[in-house]
Amino acid sequence: MERYPVIEVRGLVNRFGSQVVHDGLDMEVWPDEVFGIVGGSGSGKSVLLRSILGLQPPAAGTVRIEGQDITRMSELQLRPIKASYGVAFQSGALYSGLTVLQNVQLPMIEYLDLESSLLDELALLKIRLVGLGADAAGKFPAELSGGMVKRAAIARALALDPTLLFLDEPTSGLDPVSASAFDELVLFLQKQLKLTIVMITHDLDSIFRTCNRVGVIVDRRMESDTVERIVDHPNRWIQEYFHGERARGARIAAGVGDGAGHGA
Amino acid sequence: MTVEVRRTANGLQLDLTGEWGLHELEAARRQLAGIDLRGVRELEVNTQGLGSLDLSGAWALRQFLQGARTAGVEVSFQGGEPDQLRLIDDTLKSGAESQLPAAPLADDAGLLHDIGRFVVRAGHDWAQSLAFLGRTFLTLLRSLRSLRRLRPVSVARHVYETGITAMPIAALIAFLVTVIVAYLSAQELRGLGVDIYVVDLVTIGVLRELGVLLTSIITAGRSASSYAAELGSMQLNEEVDALIASGVDPFEVLIVPRVLGFMIALPLLTIIADLVGLAGGALLCRYLLDMPLTQYINRVNESIAPTTFWVGILKAPVFAVLIALAGCYRGMQVRGSARELGHKVTVAVVQAIFLVILADALFAVLFMKMDI
Repeated sequence: MERYPVIEVRGLVNRFGSQVVHDGLDMEVWPDEVFGIVGGSGSGKSVLLRSILGLQPPAAGTVRIEGQDITRMSELQLRPIKASYGVAFQSGALYSGLTVLQNVQLPMIEYLDLESSLLDELALLKIRLVGLGADAAGKFPAELSGGMVKRAAIARALALDPTLLFLDEPTSGLDPVSASAFDELVLFLQKQLKLTIVMITHDLDSIFRTCNRVGVIVDRRMESDTVERIVDHPNRWIQEYFHGERARGARIAAGVGDGAGHGA
Repeated sequence: MTVEVRRTANGLQLDLTGEWGLHELEAARRQLAGIDLRGVRELEVNTQGLGSLDLSGAWALRQFLQGARTAGVEVSFQGGEPDQLRLIDDTLKSGAESQLPAAPLADDAGLLHDIGRFVVRAGHDWAQSLAFLGRTFLTLLRSLRSLRRLRPVSVARHVYETGITAMPIAALIAFLVTVIVAYLSAQELRGLGVDIYVVDLVTIGVLRELGVLLTSIITAGRSASSYAAELGSMQLNEEVDALIASGVDPFEVLIVPRVLGFMIALPLLTIIADLVGLAGGALLCRYLLDMPLTQYINRVNESIAPTTFWVGILKAPVFAVLIALAGCYRGMQVRGSARELGHKVTVAVVQAIFLVILADALFAVLFMKMDI
C-alpha cells in the first residue's frame, strides 16, 4: 500500500514585516510516527505549528493535512479537519472557567450530540488514559499542578479520538521525573491509539526517547531525518545542538550515537 | 458501521464491520441496544471485518459486552479481542478511584442560614475593602516623601488614560444632559412667564450636581472597569506575584498611581463638563428662549453663590478615590479563571457607580446642614 504523508508542508514562507521567519520550509510527517520539531529560540517553531493549525495564514506555500491544502480552505471547510486532530498547547490553554471534565467534554459537545452520562464516561476515560485520577476531573485548571495541566491538555486534545496529535513543548517546565513519565505517556498513546504525533520540544531526552524523526529549523528552512542520522548532519547549529555539553548525557542515556561527540 | 447478528446453535454471532468511531457512536449504541439477548448463552464477536475502532467505539462495545456478561452470557472473540478494549480495561484498572467524585451536596440549610452567610460575607468584604483603603493611603503617605516613589510617569499615564481620553465623551454627555434639563424646564417655566429661571436651574444644577455626577458615572464605567481588568489579568498572569517576589510593593507601583492619577483627572474632567454644560444651556436659551447671550451670562453671575462651583468640584476627588479603589480592589481580588475576571470587573463597575451616588447623597445632606 502506498503511503501518503499525514502532513505535508511545501515552500512555506512566513514573515512579519521585514522579518522573514520561514523561507521555503518543507516538512513531511508520516503516519504513526512521532515527529519532533526542534530549533533555536526564535527560529519559528511555534509559528510553524500555528501555520499548520491554520492560526497563522502563511505568506506563501502550502500546508496539506491528509492531502487537503488548508491554506485555501474556509473556516467551514476546515471544521472536519480540525476535528481530526488534537492540540495540546504549551501552557495547557485549559478553559479556566471549566473543570477538567468539562474541558474534555467541550469539543465533544461542539461536534457531537451525546447523552450527558455517556459524555461523562468518555471524558473520564480520556482523563484516566493520560494518567490523571478521577478526583482531578472535578477540579478547575487553577487547582492543578503544572504536570497535571499538561496531562489534562492532552486529555482534551484526545477528546474527539483524533489520529493526529500536536504537542507544543510537552515537557517544558516539568521536573525530570515528570518529564520522563510524560515521554512514557507519549509513547504509550502513540502505540496504543496508533497516533501520529507532532511535537515541538527543546528537551533532548524527550527527542531521543520518543521521536522517530526530527525536523530541525535552521536558516529559515527545515532539515529533517531520523534521529539516528540527524545527529550526524553537517550543519553547524545541528552539530552544536546534538553534540553540545547538554546533549551528551541525553544521548548516552538513550543509546543514540557513540556519546563521545562527533563534531565537538 | 454495521453489526450483523446471526443465530448459532448456542447463541449469537455478531459480525462487526466498517468504522467504529466517535461519529458513529450513537448509531452503534442504537444497533447494539437493539440486540435481543434473551435466551442467549454464548456470544461470539467477529472483529475480522472491523475497519477501525477508536476508544469511543470501543467504549460502546465494552458497555454492551459488560451488559451481556452480567446477564450470564459467555463472550468470546473471533479474530482476537481488540486492543482498544484491553486498553480501556487497563486504564480503568489502574489507580484506585474510577468513579467521578460525587458532586457536593446542594446547600439547602434554609433561608436563615443563607441570610446569615450573606451578612457575614458582606461584612467580611466591607472590612477587607476598608483595609484596602487604609493600606492604599498609608502607601500614599509613604510615597509622598520622595518624588521618585510617587512614580510621576505612571501617574501621568493614568491621568492621560482616564482623563484626557475621556474628555470627548464627558463633554458630550454634559452637553446633552444640560440641553435636556434646559429644554424640559423651559417648557414648564415659560407657561408661568418666568423662563429666566431656566438659567438658574441650569447653572446650579450643572455646577452643583450634574457636572460632577455625570462625569463620575461615565468614568466609573470607563476607568473602574479598566483598572479591574488590568489588575485582574495581571493577577492571572502572576505579574502581581512577580512584583511582590522582587520586593516591590504592588500598592506603590500599581494602586497609588492609579488612585492619584484619577484624583487629578476627575476634577479636571468635571471642570470641562461644567463649562460645556453651561455652554449647552447658553445655546438652548439663545435659540429656544431668544435670550441674548449677555443676558444669559449676567443671569449666571447672579444665580451662583460663591460656593456653588466649589461645592461641585470638591466632590470630584472623593468620587475619584471611590471609583479608583473599587476598580483596583476588585481587580486585585481576581484569582484563577477568566470567568472570575469578568465577574470582578462587573462588580467593580456596579460598586463604583453605587458608591458615587451614595456619596453624592451624603454630600447633599451634609451641604444642606452646613447651609451652603
